[in-house]
Amino acid sequence: MSVRSRISRRAFAGGLLTVAVAPPVWAQGFAGLGSDAGGFAPVVPGRKLAFPDDHGPHPDFRIEWWYLTANLKDAAGNAYGAQWTLFRQAMTPGPQRDGWANQQIWMAHAAVTSADIHRFAEKFSRGGVGVAGVEASPFKAVIDDWAMQGSSATEPATLSPLEVTARGTNFSYALRLSADRPLVLQGDNGYSRKSERGQASYYYSQPYFTASGTLTLDGRAIAVEGAAWMDREWSSQPLASDQTGWDWFSLHLSTGDKVMLFRLRQRDGSNYFAGNWIGTDGRSAPLSPDQIRLEPLGFTTIGPRRLPTRWRVEVTGHDLAIETTPLNPASWMGTSFPYWEGPIAFKGNRVGVGYLEMTGY
Amino acid sequence: MQLATLAIGLISATALWSGVQALNAQARTSYDRAAAALGGNRTATLVARDGGSYAQQLYVDLRRAGWPVSPAVEGAIRLSGRSLRLLGVEPLSLPVEARTAPALGTGDLQGFILPPGQTLIAPETLREFGLTEGATPELPNGQHLPPLKPQAEIAPGVLVVDIGLAQKLLDMPDRLSRLLLGSKQDGSRPPLRDIVGDRLQLDQPDAATELERLTDSFHLNLTAFGLLSFLVGLFIVNSAIGLAFEQRRPMLRTLRACGASARQLNAVMVIELCLIALLAGLIGLVCGYLIAATLLPDVAATLRGLYGAQIPGELSLRPEWWLAGIAISILGTLAAASAALIKAARLPVLAAAQPYAWQQAQYRWLIVQGAAALAVFAAGFGFLWFGDSLLSGFAVLAAILLGAALGLPAILGLVLALGEKLARGPLTTWFWADSRLQLSGLSLALMALLLALGVNVGVGTMVESFSRTFQRWLDGRLAAEVYLNAATDQQATEIKAWLKDRPEVRSLLPGARAEVKLQGQPVELIGFADDATYRDHWPLLEHTKDVWDRVARGDAALVSEQLWRRLGVKLGDRIVVPSDRGPWPVEVVGIYADYGNPRGQLGVAFGALVTHFPDVAKTRFGLRVDPARVPALIADLRSNFALGERSLADQSTLKAISKQIFSRTFAVTTALNAFTLGIAGVALLTSLLTLGASRLPQVAPLWAIGITRRRLALVELTKTLAMAAITALVALPLGLLVAWCLIAVVNVKAFGWRLPFEVFPFELAKLVGIALLATLLAAALPILKLMRMQPARLVKVFADER
Repeated sequence: MSVRSRISRRAFAGGLLTVAVAPPVWAQGFAGLGSDAGGFAPVVPGRKLAFPDDHGPHPDFRIEWWYLTANLKDAAGNAYGAQWTLFRQAMTPGPQRDGWANQQIWMAHAAVTSADIHRFAEKFSRGGVGVAGVEASPFKAVIDDWAMQGSSATEPATLSPLEVTARGTNFSYALRLSADRPLVLQGDNGYSRKSERGQASYYYSQPYFTASGTLTLDGRAIAVEGAAWMDREWSSQPLASDQTGWDWFSLHLSTGDKVMLFRLRQRDGSNYFAGNWIGTDGRSAPLSPDQIRLEPLGFTTIGPRRLPTRWRVEVTGHDLAIETTPLNPASWMGTSFPYWEGPIAFKGNRVGVGYLEMTGY
Repeated sequence: MQLATLAIGLISATALWSGVQALNAQARTSYDRAAAALGGNRTATLVARDGGSYAQQLYVDLRRAGWPVSPAVEGAIRLSGRSLRLLGVEPLSLPVEARTAPALGTGDLQGFILPPGQTLIAPETLREFGLTEGATPELPNGQHLPPLKPQAEIAPGVLVVDIGLAQKLLDMPDRLSRLLLGSKQDGSRPPLRDIVGDRLQLDQPDAATELERLTDSFHLNLTAFGLLSFLVGLFIVNSAIGLAFEQRRPMLRTLRACGASARQLNAVMVIELCLIALLAGLIGLVCGYLIAATLLPDVAATLRGLYGAQIPGELSLRPEWWLAGIAISILGTLAAASAALIKAARLPVLAAAQPYAWQQAQYRWLIVQGAAALAVFAAGFGFLWFGDSLLSGFAVLAAILLGAALGLPAILGLVLALGEKLARGPLTTWFWADSRLQLSGLSLALMALLLALGVNVGVGTMVESFSRTFQRWLDGRLAAEVYLNAATDQQATEIKAWLKDRPEVRSLLPGARAEVKLQGQPVELIGFADDATYRDHWPLLEHTKDVWDRVARGDAALVSEQLWRRLGVKLGDRIVVPSDRGPWPVEVVGIYADYGNPRGQLGVAFGALVTHFPDVAKTRFGLRVDPARVPALIADLRSNFALGERSLADQSTLKAISKQIFSRTFAVTTALNAFTLGIAGVALLTSLLTLGASRLPQVAPLWAIGITRRRLALVELTKTLAMAAITALVALPLGLLVAWCLIAVVNVKAFGWRLPFEVFPFELAKLVGIALLATLLAAALPILKLMRMQPARLVKVFADER
């Protein structure tokens, strides 16, 4: 438990996969992960992200992910959520080796959520042999038979259009994503700080995706459409050693504004806040930690864990004061490293939908 | 005394039964470990149609199509001159049910995957090879194994490394031996054929592992012996309880007369029995543990020698084993006591002695038992006729034994009645008549004796047949004086050149081995030179006229007896061997004995084997040498080429090793045999003690008319010996029948080979002697008691109303 509770999932899901497979060794490795890059490339401010190259993998960095969440509705107005995530983790730094000797490990999660059903699946694969990997152009992220891929028509600046597919026990989905606005750099031009001590990641998003396609849930095919949000992040030491977990929000406001915000919980009870306000014009402004207020309102007990599934979220300076409720409070990802991730809806001085993920509980 | 016999019966029954169970359980656990390590039996696998390796790209294609497969590559490597199995796995995708070891889930994944990697090895294999943790032994191809890491969950004799490392060590770049398919279904997936065509086929997991299948017969053997001992033990319990009941009869009658209900009395007796059974069961379990621990080295050696199954030499027991032992002790006791208890329950309050009623009762009883015996024999014949499995073989065996046991009282009754007819003089007539009276009391013990003797004769005959046949067979198979296995082809060439200058070497016989799969099971292919050595000595069971010329031409093969039976082929049939150069049809021209080899074998010409399997190591050869000069040649070879114990062996050593394996195979059987005979002796003793007490009314009148106690004792002894002798004589044909059944039915099913049946009169005579000696020992105590009996007790018989 001590190992798991020290890990914040989104930032470190890539690290977690090996922790989950081999706890004793990786527990120590992870402690080191927070403090130094251990021979991997460091994340430094001022790097200019370039596309399509940065859509592809950055094997010099320790961890990386391609993360998609979608808030969907069927014809009758019922809400659904879909998640597709591919994580990369390098076991050692250095030049990439071919074949089985390759040091990359890939992990993927997929989920479909409705008000009363939550289905998920996970995959693992070694790099180097062609089962899992990512190519920048045309964009293609695959593991086994799951894929998120573009075509020759895909624009590097918008990463649109894309096709996303995944399947697991009693669920599958195929979604088509398109966006008419460019990618958004999070943090300070893509440099996203994760602690006071300089831990950081490179982070950009495409929050403007519209999604349409088909979910299959327990054999029932459902035509859906809605909004989707893609996150890209890579780092070598994005987490401080005393940070225990993460509460992360992505919000689609009915006004067309998009908000990303999170808090990193620290062992002394304090939190590190960060976020970006992305206007309808596509301009992204970092939120300073004192602009963000997050307060749990209601809890859900899942197994031995007590999770804050209802929240009050306030952002001063942008006049946001909302209360969020989960579509399905039991959106538990019981994967090798478990966490909570699911669609939410919110009301208050603004309305809309979004995704919440909580780790380290 | 009755408590002691009851306890002895229960202890011996529980001990042997639990001992055998412990041995079997131990072996099964080992197979499970082996199965887990090999990963092939517990999960469905995808294998190439020809059983060979295939391109890794098929793995990628299948994964990308949604098939949750995990790659594995496997091959034999040589370390210190011995063969080990090197298994390459991919820990991330390994299906849960095929996990080599939980260690992969908790251990150092990174250390396992990343260079230099790790070689997981069973601690006992590490010790056996005298290696230490972290060592990186060199392989014959010059590569080094990754650092060794002992792991208890790995099966002995298996080395587990990461798939990439295994491909390199086995020189199989981008090749796979099989794909493991987990049972977890993640959604639907396209048909196999759509992805890989007909290159791969799905092998469903076996319910049992390959080793379990191979060794089943051996364990069935052990179980059968355990069961036999258990039954004989119950005979003892039965007679002990009979004795207790006999002695308590007056007291029970008194208690009943005083108003105690039959139910109350029975309940008390059942509780008492259960307590005794519990206690004796516990002691029996301890003894069973000791028996198992004593026999384990032999069992382990047998399983290793015969099947290559690795069983660790330490016994580990589970709680289930203890519970089962106690339960079987109590249940057995109650079963054995049921007759006595029913009798007690129905005991009329004022039962008078019925001195003559027994005769009619016995007559009816003999008829019923005789009829039952015939029915059982008929069933046995049915099994023999219609059955085709090992189990039916054992059923035949069981039917023979049970039928003989049931029929024994009838036979004895006939013989005794005949004796009585022929008898002259009052004492002789009484001798026969009284023997018949004793028959019902002694019959159970005599049945036990019959069974023990029959099995002893049977097994003894089989073992003896075997050791003689095996001797001749070994002489034929190991005809060359020296056997040599060079480390590399290059060394082999050097050795051959060096041998040219040695005049004592009359001829050099090259040999090679390849492994293929026929009907999904591994088959050895051995290539040998066309030489008079083989023509003269090879132990052919059946062959065509021109067998050797045909084999030399390269389109024909000799088939081992096991493979011949399994494939069901005849001389002149064709077998298609999947060779490296494509299908290779060979005609069956001979069948030869290949005792003790669990795998099927095909013998082909050396040249043809090398043509069809160009990569096969050409490092083995036999040398025909003037026997007197063998030691000098071996010493020279060793000093010149650094050949180890296992790469260079003279024929006499090989023969000794082979014989050792086989003598250990039957050591277990012989030990259990001795136990069974011992228990039969105890059964006889308890029966005689029971009878001794209850038969005073029959003996006392003789004493009263003037026959001395000494003479009476002598008569009693003669009677017992006579009955034992008749039983032993009946046991002889029974034993031979058992031996035939073992040789012609059970062995064929169990091992795949049949031995010539031989009878050994001296051994039989010896066994009869032992049986009589055992009877004498068993009878000694009751006879001594009679000789020293106080006359007052004999007189008292006339005063008592029984």
